[in-house]
Amino acid sequence: MGTTLFEKIWKSHVVVEKQNGPSLIYVDRHLVHEVTSPQAFDGLRMNKRKVRRPDLTIATMDHNVPTNARSLPILDQTSAVQIQTLEKNCKDFGIKLFDINSPNQGIVHVIGPQLGITLPGSTIVCGDSHTSTHGAFGTLALGIGTSEVEHVLTSQTLWSEKPKPFEIRVEGKRKNPHAVTAKDIVLSIIKNIGTGGGTGTVIEYRGEGITDLSMEQRMTICNMSIEAGARAGLIAPDENAFDYLRGRQYTPKNYESLVDCWKEHLKTDSDAKFDKQFTLNINDIAPQVSWGTNPGMTCDVTESIPSPDDFSKGDPNQKKGAEKALDYMDLEPGIPIINIKIDRVFIGSCTNARLEDLIEASKVVKGQKISTNVRAMVVPGSQMVKKQAEEMGLDKIFINANFEWREAGCSMCLGMNPDILSPGERCASTSNRNFEGRQGTGGRTHLVSPVMAAAAAIKGHFVDVREMDLS
Amino acid sequence: MEPFKKVISIITPLDKVNVDTDQIVPKQFLKLIHKSGFGKFLFYNWRYDVNENLKSDFVLNDSKYDNSKILVTGDNFGCGSSREHAVWSLQDYGFSVIIAPSFADIFFSNCFKNGILPISLNQKTVEKLQQELDTIEVDLEKQIIKTSSEDISFKIDSYKKKILLEGLDDIAQTLQFEEKISKFERESKVPSVL
Repeated sequence: MGTTLFEKIWKSHVVVEKQNGPSLIYVDRHLVHEVTSPQAFDGLRMNKRKVRRPDLTIATMDHNVPTNARSLPILDQTSAVQIQTLEKNCKDFGIKLFDINSPNQGIVHVIGPQLGITLPGSTIVCGDSHTSTHGAFGTLALGIGTSEVEHVLTSQTLWSEKPKPFEIRVEGKRKNPHAVTAKDIVLSIIKNIGTGGGTGTVIEYRGEGITDLSMEQRMTICNMSIEAGARAGLIAPDENAFDYLRGRQYTPKNYESLVDCWKEHLKTDSDAKFDKQFTLNINDIAPQVSWGTNPGMTCDVTESIPSPDDFSKGDPNQKKGAEKALDYMDLEPGIPIINIKIDRVFIGSCTNARLEDLIEASKVVKGQKISTNVRAMVVPGSQMVKKQAEEMGLDKIFINANFEWREAGCSMCLGMNPDILSPGERCASTSNRNFEGRQGTGGRTHLVSPVMAAAAAIKGHFVDVREMDLS
Repeated sequence: MEPFKKVISIITPLDKVNVDTDQIVPKQFLKLIHKSGFGKFLFYNWRYDVNENLKSDFVLNDSKYDNSKILVTGDNFGCGSSREHAVWSLQDYGFSVIIAPSFADIFFSNCFKNGILPISLNQKTVEKLQQELDTIEVDLEKQIIKTSSEDISFKIDSYKKKILLEGLDDIAQTLQFEEKISKFERESKVPSVL
């Protein structure tokens, strides 16, 4: 019997295999950031251990960095200390760091592919759950905790139970691909399979609806695999993937010979079996808007807020969850999504802050002004994205519409820096989590695509972006 | 890590599903660079109001649970962010066992690195345990939970059980495979980044 793409990558990285329990997996690339690493480096010092492979380890600062002018001081002293700690740790242990002033700084999952660090068929880990993003290149990319960061720093390996392969087929063609985006596809998937639907699995996304997507759109899909609970998301690499990585700053010198090898091996065999399967047809899907406090609580923009009974389909725990979510979100069942007014718009995050996201959002914004009741910001995913966008004049389009144009970082996706919602504020956000308080204590998050967020900024409430001219 | 001993305690029922790690420890506390003292941040936005007063309607603020070491909660506990700070908060607060129908993968793995035992039981058993008012006993060695009315067995991977029971340093275990890791590296085709 044939094997899946995931099983092939897994097998080629097993260092120690046991009859039962976890296997020891080799890690080809380790990405490090300021928030989940200080305690790991402390552990190394305490046990007099070294970093085994500094040449496979890359660090940047993204989670708590301010996104105002880089020349300004970091006012939050605890953030400043965490950033200085990463600088010291990288210096002491010989790790390459893209610091706050580096042109390569940015959200760790945006810079990995952009610099050619992410490679098909390899393994990447990072102390961040959205590491799944890199799976768009056929990379087995796992989010890990801080103890595991320490483990990888020391041994370049990770103990992991072998996840089960889960096939998600995305079939059909979107009628309006500028208005119905990769974000809407992945939110639709999570809405259907639930936030625990992928637990214990690695999802492989397949089908025409996936191969039609650009690399940046595929990253949006794989990025949110963790929101379905999956260990990782994968897409078999094709010419689009190989082209994307070709000629980047850290693309290996023997790249073409690697590509030849990847073309031969990195695919699921036609007779391979998956443990789980789900199919989404996208011929008729609408732009998605989350209404609750987890990404599974999502509906079409054309719908109204569901009642907890309708949402829970008879599950009392889900019903309780929905009631609590509506209370937190200050929403009532039956309110049409398009009637929900917003206070803030955030275009950013490792889900949706790549160049293509900004280009698409700028088409909505061009020549318009945001609603006077709305405060809106664009936070590019990396300094390189920012520079490319500025070369295309996108910054001016956003600034002329009264958006704030910021420096790169995770920013209001998780609100560790000063970019946060005030209690009660409602935000249309291109990020990945609408958890209670995620973007600021008491803040209310609605997850949407970049074009939906841009349209909401202009109108002051959600609108069906399919009704706007995006050509 | 301290070896995991038998846990005898009343349970704290947290009757919620999909509890994400943002709720277990909110982001503003992730800026600290050490592992200790996170207990005071546990479920911060559920425990405290905006003026930092204790909310009387949250279960952890009921003094009868003050010395509880066992949290019994809903499906998909620990979903979302990989932050190990969530486990440090639970542990520093005093929990050493968490029982739920299911756990998110990264959270589950983080527990074992910090001497916390996560136990998956079926929904019905979890619901029954949430009603348990008496002290219960969690015996990892025998893989049994003893309540006033029954013995409930649970499953655990044998390697993880050993790590907890003996309080082993995971990294020291791995470094015993040094030869195999070096061999893998010699044969690996993946080039260095730099």
